[in-house]
Amino acid sequence: MHVPDGFLDAPTSLGTAAVAALGVGLALRGARRELDDRTAPLAGLVAAFVFATQMLNFPVGAGTSGHLLGGALAAVLVGPWTATLSLSVVLLVQGLLFADGGLTALGTNITLMGLVGVWAGWLVFRAAQSVLPKRLSMVAPSAAAAALVSVPLAALAFVGLYAVGGQAPIPLDRLATAMLGWHVLIGLGEAAITGLVVSAVLAVRPDLVHGARRVRESHELVIRDEVRA
Amino acid sequence: MRGISTRALLLTGLGVALVLAGVASFYASGHPDGLTFVAERLGFIQTQQPPSSTSPLAGYATRGISDARLSGGVAGVVGVLVVGLLGGGLFAVLRRRQPSGDSQPEGRASRPGTD
Repeated sequence: MHVPDGFLDAPTSLGTAAVAALGVGLALRGARRELDDRTAPLAGLVAAFVFATQMLNFPVGAGTSGHLLGGALAAVLVGPWTATLSLSVVLLVQGLLFADGGLTALGTNITLMGLVGVWAGWLVFRAAQSVLPKRLSMVAPSAAAAALVSVPLAALAFVGLYAVGGQAPIPLDRLATAMLGWHVLIGLGEAAITGLVVSAVLAVRPDLVHGARRVRESHELVIRDEVRA
Repeated sequence: MRGISTRALLLTGLGVALVLAGVASFYASGHPDGLTFVAERLGFIQTQQPPSSTSPLAGYATRGISDARLSGGVAGVVGVLVVGLLGGGLFAVLRRRQPSGDSQPEGRASRPGTD
């Protein structure tokens, strides 16, 4: 869903750049509460992993493909503020080094994937956690549900931006239907990958998973793996 | 606790990311993604402007390497390392530093002004 240069007009691109700058600024403050000595290296890895998976387009039928956006995945693993920063780093490197996503559209892409994708995913995840049993086994399904919803919502956000500043006169109902339809399918892939990766990390180090903090706190006292004299 | 050390997890994850970007990416679908496909179908793809980046890795191919598998693989590996270093560096700067010997896991910094 990387928006290239030229899809949106200059005022809209400036607007999304301002939104992205504000969001990243808030995230730079918020992420301090999420990151400590143990989770900071994991967060760097999550950014690198999201970059890698975004290269892996999977077919979704009729000559279309999609790839993991990674917002919900990153939010559950390292927390939403850190996830916004992770996606922003990924999008910055993609735009500058790989010409993937326009540079004038960087704010748009950070807004869509780093803000809408991440925070829609995080809110759905927290909502799922609040209705499901407070168990560790519920974390990965909640993350998958968050991933599923986050992709079509990011697609709808693009439609909203196009309604404001699209450069071609496209019927918005057709745009919304097409974007929503394809991105629900891509969301299924997003959900599968997110559930798998969260499960894998939970299996080996549940203590490092940001989204598992509440369930772990309510169930077990964790003995730290190292005791320093 | 079952599980592996943080270092082992990080190295495993980095290895997986490098293999995904460096090797598996060659087998990724070459079809346009959802947005590009919709833009082609609805006829607004022509408003797209060519990318302004003149990077030697533009388009996930390494300039000067003709072999497609190697060209894309090198680009993927470089991307993973650059993103990992940038992200890791940023998060290392932002993190709460825990004084060594602090026995409270995830303890809030309860001593103001020690930085």
